[in-house]
Amino acid sequence: MNIEAKNKSYTEINAAIADSDDVLVSGCNGQRFIGAGTGGKKIEILGIPGNALGAYLNGSEITVKGNAQDAVGDTMNDGKIVVYGGVGDAVGYAMRGGSVYVKGNAGYRAGIHMKEYRDKKPVIVIGGTAGSFLGEYQAGGIIIVLGIGVKGEIVGDFCGTGMHGGKMLLRTNVPPKDLPEQVKCVKATVDDVKEISGYVKEFCRLFGQDEKEITDSDFYLLTPNSASPYKRLYVMN
Amino acid sequence: MYNYAEYEVKRDKDKCVLCGRCIKECSNLVHYYKETENGKILLADDVKCVNCHRCVEYCPTRAIKIVKSDLTFKENKSWSAQNIKEIMKQSASGGVLLSSMGNPEDFPVYFDKIVVNASQVTNPPIDPLREPMETRVSLGKRTREISRDEKGNIITDVPPRLKLSMPIMFSAMSYGSISYNAHKCLAEASERLGIYYNTGEGGLHEDFYRYGKNTIVQVASGRFGVYKDYLEAGAAIEIKMGQGAKPGIGGHLPGAKITADVSRTRMIPVGTDAISPAPHHDIYSIEDLRQLVCSLKEATENKKPVIVKVAAVHNIAAIASGIARSGADIIAIDGFRGGTGAAPTRIRDNVGIPIELALAAVDKRLREEGIRDNVSIVAGGAIRNSADVVKAIALGADAVYIATSALIALGCHLCRSCQQGKCNWGIATQIPELVNRLNVEEGADRLCNLLTAWNNEIKEMMGGMGINSVEALKGNRLMLRGIGLNEKELEVLGILHAGE
Repeated sequence: MNIEAKNKSYTEINAAIADSDDVLVSGCNGQRFIGAGTGGKKIEILGIPGNALGAYLNGSEITVKGNAQDAVGDTMNDGKIVVYGGVGDAVGYAMRGGSVYVKGNAGYRAGIHMKEYRDKKPVIVIGGTAGSFLGEYQAGGIIIVLGIGVKGEIVGDFCGTGMHGGKMLLRTNVPPKDLPEQVKCVKATVDDVKEISGYVKEFCRLFGQDEKEITDSDFYLLTPNSASPYKRLYVMN
Repeated sequence: MYNYAEYEVKRDKDKCVLCGRCIKECSNLVHYYKETENGKILLADDVKCVNCHRCVEYCPTRAIKIVKSDLTFKENKSWSAQNIKEIMKQSASGGVLLSSMGNPEDFPVYFDKIVVNASQVTNPPIDPLREPMETRVSLGKRTREISRDEKGNIITDVPPRLKLSMPIMFSAMSYGSISYNAHKCLAEASERLGIYYNTGEGGLHEDFYRYGKNTIVQVASGRFGVYKDYLEAGAAIEIKMGQGAKPGIGGHLPGAKITADVSRTRMIPVGTDAISPAPHHDIYSIEDLRQLVCSLKEATENKKPVIVKVAAVHNIAAIASGIARSGADIIAIDGFRGGTGAAPTRIRDNVGIPIELALAAVDKRLREEGIRDNVSIVAGGAIRNSADVVKAIALGADAVYIATSALIALGCHLCRSCQQGKCNWGIATQIPELVNRLNVEEGADRLCNLLTAWNNEIKEMMGGMGINSVEALKGNRLMLRGIGLNEKELEVLGILHAGE
């Protein structure tokens, strides 16, 4: 089904999505909450969807042929979001499952409080750079930043603050500066990179990149050094 | 080394039969046997006692009592025993002091300085035993205009609302901070009473989905256990922005409390810390709050009212005004006496304001701005009895949230040691042997008893005022008078002084 989004509210767009399993939304211009909470849908968007695209997503596949705004995949549980451009702030906030592929750059607070649970292991792959506060409070899942075409730093300040689970792989020669104490940062081994090769392959398939060129580069691996970083903070009163 | 006993265990040797029941009952390991030349004796390590009365109530010969220790420091007004002891604890550990339950400090309790009116001569009181009294309330947005379709029929398509049999709900307590059995008691009692309980931010246990129509599901900054089925399971969704006991800070359930079952409900691995950040990192403004409200409504087909819960803080009236414009249906305000399973002592004791003042300020502001009907107001934070409920409603609340009172009904003796996770009454613990001590059937009965009694008392108080429905009591400040309050306090509360 094809929905022309011009002059339509998000309620109208989502009502149309509810009626069809395969939807093309064209002329999208900032409508929020598209596909929120849905499962089993295939949604393609031409134009720029508004904030909270695919919030609470529960299994649908969303493709955006353009940029997306803030809070893409907020509290996402399952499914896949592919953005052929950049995304705004807080992509994948508190995401628990599924995957988000971003061709370009991500704003602040990407992957913040991402977590994993049983077979659910969320993944965010960012082709360009990520802003400050990447993976803050990260509790699970994998965040990959590829920094394609970027020289120098590929993440902003305060990377991994409060991180207590999961991992980040950053394709760069320059490890993030001023990492907090509870984040361990080491050069990734061949095996570390091999572990994410499936995601890199998918990224390259989606966006037409050379897989070998990407995997043959230096990566840094960030992991927490404690699953219980604040244990010693308190005394019973 | 800190080893001052706050309480002493007094054992009546004439009554004690050395049965050792006290040893079995105490998870704090206070009581123990000692072999002596004259045989076995029972002793107690007073330092470990939290004064929860478990041993007192279960001693078959009633041989035990707990008394406050008369051991004193050389105190003065600025150096109380509390101040001295806290410095000892912190200098020994380097730790942030962690307490539980609500603010215990000597701040005024305004409910206790407000009295309620009664009818005499000029208008008759109503006898609730012979005349109908309406305590049912419904919460949510009110439509201000009546609209009709082409045929002239009234359109009854109103925004989703919560319907309560009485103006009382159980406020948020997560599975994790309280036990499975405690949650089940609250769920069961809510179903029987026709009210609601609240999951807190710990997700919803799979066994409790069947209580969905009496459940409010909470979405907090950690988003634990939040997914489509959870959002759809409840009758309403509450966004937790803050909590009265710890405004401005997040929550932190230590990995040790993330047992297999709690992990399933929160949807995180066993043994990892469950950290709720202080802010929602997708909400930095009222506009952002509106976005979360709308995304939750969109994900649940606009079928459920959305509650936004905030702690009572200095600018609460302005904050509430923003919330009332955010698309939320209900504002829950939590005063600084509201309880908690664990909060830093300094935050609990020094941050936030009393619910009475916050509630009156919010109701007044929303009325002035003409947006009072956009939202219902639920007040919480140490509502201790039905008179507090009546006063809260007259100050502007549509309903109240209770939690500490509900826990006391379940057997809590308010020893305020929840943060230790060893609750002898099976409430604030995840230790299976302790959890099993709380009988679900009995607990639910006790909750029903308590609220049925309160509901009858509310009817009596309303009847005395000559009012026959909660709706007519709401915001009816003429029914209240202050005693011993200064002019500023009366002004904020919007009430007259007694005698005026």
